[in-house]
Amino acid sequence: MKQKRTNSLSNIKVIQEEIVEEFEMFDDWMQRYEYMIELGKSLPLIDEQYKTEENIIKGCQSKVWVHADMQDGKVVFTADSDAIITKGIIAILIRVFSNQEPQAILDANTDFIDEIGLKEHLSPTRANGLVSMIKQLKMYALAYQTKVN
Amino acid sequence: MELSNLDIEKIRADFPILSRKVNGHPLVYFDNAATSQTPKAVIDAIVEYYEGYNANIHRGVHSLSQEATDAYEEARETIRAHFNAQKKEEIIFTSGTTHGINLVANGFASELKTGDEVIVSALEHHSNIVPWQMLCEKTGAQLKVIPMTESGELDIEAFEDLLNKNTKLVFVNHVSNALGTVNPIQKIITDAHQKGAAVLIDGAQAAPHIKADVQALDVDFYVVSGHKMCGPTGVGVLYGKEEWLNKLPPYQGGGEMIDQVTFEKTTYAGLPHKFEAGTPNICGGIAFGKAIDYLNEIGFETIAAYEHELLTYATAQLLEIEGVKIYGTSKEKTAVISFNIEGIHPYDIGTIIDKLGIAVRTGHHCAQPIMDYYKIPGTVRASFSFYNTKEEIDAFVQAVKRAKIMLS
Ligand SMILES: Cc1ncc(COP(=O)(O)O)c(C=O)c1O
Repeated sequence: MKQKRTNSLSNIKVIQEEIVEEFEMFDDWMQRYEYMIELGKSLPLIDEQYKTEENIIKGCQSKVWVHADMQDGKVVFTADSDAIITKGIIAILIRVFSNQEPQAILDANTDFIDEIGLKEHLSPTRANGLVSMIKQLKMYALAYQTKVN
Repeated sequence: MELSNLDIEKIRADFPILSRKVNGHPLVYFDNAATSQTPKAVIDAIVEYYEGYNANIHRGVHSLSQEATDAYEEARETIRAHFNAQKKEEIIFTSGTTHGINLVANGFASELKTGDEVIVSALEHHSNIVPWQMLCEKTGAQLKVIPMTESGELDIEAFEDLLNKNTKLVFVNHVSNALGTVNPIQKIITDAHQKGAAVLIDGAQAAPHIKADVQALDVDFYVVSGHKMCGPTGVGVLYGKEEWLNKLPPYQGGGEMIDQVTFEKTTYAGLPHKFEAGTPNICGGIAFGKAIDYLNEIGFETIAAYEHELLTYATAQLLEIEGVKIYGTSKEKTAVISFNIEGIHPYDIGTIIDKLGIAVRTGHHCAQPIMDYYKIPGTVRASFSFYNTKEEIDAFVQAVKRAKIMLS
């Protein structure tokens, strides 16, 4: 069990490094944002039944819905937003955190967001809710982790 | 386009911040409805205060305290003259519009009872809604709402129907922050008075553009914020008719607002000190006075004419972009454009154009009922000031076009 957990955490790190590398290819903000918009557009659709008031993350200027499921010991996230840049950010977060074990999600840090030049979105006052989003993902992970134990 | 008689180069030089760059682009500041920028004259007043005569007021015997008191009271007089209040005692320094509204709402707790009615409008900032909801909860009074129309104006006929002998208080803004609509406050005040109701006007958005004469309006309360009028943050003014201010109980207790304190009974100071508990924002008050002097030197008519030209120009330019919809199309408008582009979230547009150095506001602008009316999550709001230019509008329109291409 311990071994597996470490795997999931290092898995998260690998994905984060991949993303950092991808973003390093861009010279300017324009390309970065264009890429994020692309990511946003390609985000798999969330099942409409999960777009409920209950699943809305508070503190976002745009609406963000997150739904979590547990499959084979891993947390699977789906999410959506009505703003495309926010969707891009969600897509990045889902790529990192979805399909990981709850403990790994709880242990992972989010420094890579700074590294890919999206630090400004991390400001809690920015009201795009990236911080609330990460918090929410970790809350789900914690809930599942508690259930597992 | 020949813009009206305003020396824009000279005016822009008065605002140090306007020469800075943001994200590698010259700053285009179109978030003036949220907070205006600060001219050198006001910044200098702040520096002079802290370097020259920083001291507590009204109670010191020493020279610095006297100088600070004189400057603070002089600012009060400047503000009185500006709004043409009858007496200096009717000018209460506050921390801003929100504080002023809460002060009055708190005071009315002892004036209202179950069965009484108060009237708000659908166009209000949350600051002019929530304190009154709290008051209604406390007193059992009922909150009635003047509806708005598609063009973002108040339905004045509906207002007439809401007014009755139970109406005790009406509170509406002079200008809507989300849409820029100038409301017919003279009519609202006159009609409310006919039914014996008092009127509070939230002048936060009007004060930077329109010089209100509180005596001519015969308004009972008028509230403004310094930071929207080229003054500093954390200071504002509540104008109240003397008879009302005498009648309402103090808002906060503390130093400055007392006459005599014993543990048996405390008597309160006279106006305006009764409502100014604690050490006020002395420097802020003084600087606010300077800001008003600065605006008056340019002249409110000149400001309004110039800003109107900016508004007309920007509206025409924006409407050339396909899919743009402007919210708030009243004939009487300040220089505010609230808009969306079909199929694009306002947040996305704001984020992209910020990268191009352009500061606008996106979201519900603390006026969720308006957004609910239009069934939209929010808008992009560009709000202009007399120090903005047509060239900046061009840069803004280009940026919006670029954002639209990226986001479509
Ligand atoms: C119409 C209106 N009322 C009230 C306020 C609140 O002002 P302050 O935050 O300065 O208290 C604002 C500020 O945005 C406003 O636009």
